[in-house]
Amino acid sequence: MTNTNHLIKDTRADRIFKIVLDIFIILAVVIVLYPLIYIISASISDPQLVNSGEMWLLPKGVTWKGYEVILKYKDIWRGYGMTIFYTFAGTAISLILTIPCAYALSRPDFSGKKWFTTFMLITMFLNGGLIPTYLLVRALGMVNTVWAILLPGAVSVYNIIVTRSFFQSSVPWEMQEAAKIDGASDFQIFFRIVLPLSAPIIAVMALFYGVGIWNSYFSALVYLQNKALYPLQMVLRQILVLQDLQQSAATGGGVTASAAEAAYNKSALAAIIKYGVMIVSSLPVIIVYPFLQRFFVKGVLIGSLKG
Amino acid sequence: MAANAEAVLPTKRKKAPLFSARRLKENWQLYVLILPAFLTLLIFSYFPMYGILIAFKDYVPTLGIWGSPWVGMKYFNQFFNSYYFWDLIRNTLGIQIYGLVVGFPLPIILALALNEMKDGFWKKFAQTVTYAPNFISIVVLGGMLIAFLDPSTGILNHLLGIFGVKPIAFMSDPKWFKTVYVLSSVWQGTGWGSVIYLAALAGVDPALHEAAIVDGASKVQRIWHINLPAIVPTMVILLILNVGSLFSMGYEKILLLQNPLNMSSSNVIATFVYSQGLINGQYSYAAAVGLFNSIINAVLLIVVNWIASKVSDNSLW
Repeated sequence: MTNTNHLIKDTRADRIFKIVLDIFIILAVVIVLYPLIYIISASISDPQLVNSGEMWLLPKGVTWKGYEVILKYKDIWRGYGMTIFYTFAGTAISLILTIPCAYALSRPDFSGKKWFTTFMLITMFLNGGLIPTYLLVRALGMVNTVWAILLPGAVSVYNIIVTRSFFQSSVPWEMQEAAKIDGASDFQIFFRIVLPLSAPIIAVMALFYGVGIWNSYFSALVYLQNKALYPLQMVLRQILVLQDLQQSAATGGGVTASAAEAAYNKSALAAIIKYGVMIVSSLPVIIVYPFLQRFFVKGVLIGSLKG
Repeated sequence: MAANAEAVLPTKRKKAPLFSARRLKENWQLYVLILPAFLTLLIFSYFPMYGILIAFKDYVPTLGIWGSPWVGMKYFNQFFNSYYFWDLIRNTLGIQIYGLVVGFPLPIILALALNEMKDGFWKKFAQTVTYAPNFISIVVLGGMLIAFLDPSTGILNHLLGIFGVKPIAFMSDPKWFKTVYVLSSVWQGTGWGSVIYLAALAGVDPALHEAAIVDGASKVQRIWHINLPAIVPTMVILLILNVGSLFSMGYEKILLLQNPLNMSSSNVIATFVYSQGLINGQYSYAAAVGLFNSIINAVLLIVVNWIASKVSDNSLW
């Protein structure tokens, strides 16, 4: 069936096919990258050149005015502070809830294993929905407090399952059993043997929870009216989506001669402030992401083991 | 025979009581480890399930959930008979099916293409770049869309202008809303969506490819007959989850892109629940609509999973 002719023909088809695949990748990279480069360029370009479309890839008429205004924009920095707080406190709470629970569920000799696993899996498919959850949080007196952001979504059952899979596959049960025979209690096994071996999964979970909290706005929209508690994403929503720029910030703190000039400054600056704000808010994630990419990927992989 | 033995075994074993004192004593430290997460889920996931009762009641906050008067199916009927019922269903399904058709194959193609690249800088670069949008917040994505798609200042309309296309009001024209929603999700999710397929592809035995090359199989044939079958189980599971969640559309992104002008195609069940319940304070009505939505969801997931288990060997449970 196979002859040399056949083989040669196929390699030519292969080469063409490979080119098609490479074009697909290049296209994907360009489509993803272009908007990101555009944002960076627009944030330091002359707003008029940005709005008119003259600036389309590289910065034109470089100005740092946008960032100067952002630096003085109090709401952004207060939001930044709150988001840092929510991210660290929320991640800590989530880890304290997730890791020990997942460990217990990973123990083959845990008598409540089946029952608790079912109890948790049910919540992935059934839930009360937005309104009953909101009424509960309100009844608990947590509306307009940081607890409304930190607690209701603190446990992700999906993350518990991922962590459980890690314990089952990466921490040998024989080792724990040996310790048990030597008289170690379950606490001792968990804290002295399992936790020291769990740095990778703790890192993965901290990243999953942390990025999730950093980027979320919905629970703040639902539960917070007090602007002092707003996380960064809520401030961003005001600037980017509701297009509501603080009057004093937009006029740029500089000495403005007339009302007309102030109005002009406002609309022109508003344009590039938007792009600057996108950069400033995403910066921590952008900086951290390339170094930690493999941890994120690892998290997905452990998760895919068990469906 | 083997199947028979398996079926007999569990019944033969004497069922131990779930919470006997002896077992509790043996494992009590493990119960302590699980307790905090258990309580959190009990309060924030299970208690709201009890709260669903208000869908069948006229909820009055001062009377509480139990004390409020029963009204039976009143709010369900009100929803089914409303003039916007079919609009909400059509918009929800329209956006979700559009997203599934466009968004489902792309991560697979990307993963197959990335898998053919040689390891090295460019492969890493392509992966890092395409994964990146997954980490951009939905608020920033919404801001980007509003800025880029602006009819007079947006870069997309400037670029289209080069080809003689007249400015399009993407954000305020209901005709464009679904496309904007779906394509921006594709932009954000395709790269990260390929990770799980790449993992499945990494598990393919290289010996299969070597044998196929010896037999004269072309690259296309090898991808079709070796790589694709390797990711079919993953595809089926993800397809079940996606089709099963056609009705469970999130609130987060659509709320940001919604405005009074595009409402006729952007109003979906989720945003309707949000605005009726939390903006207008119609708690019982909104809870009823939400419950209707989750029931359809559960039924859909079970049906799809059942079909998948009949057609292929893959299913969720």
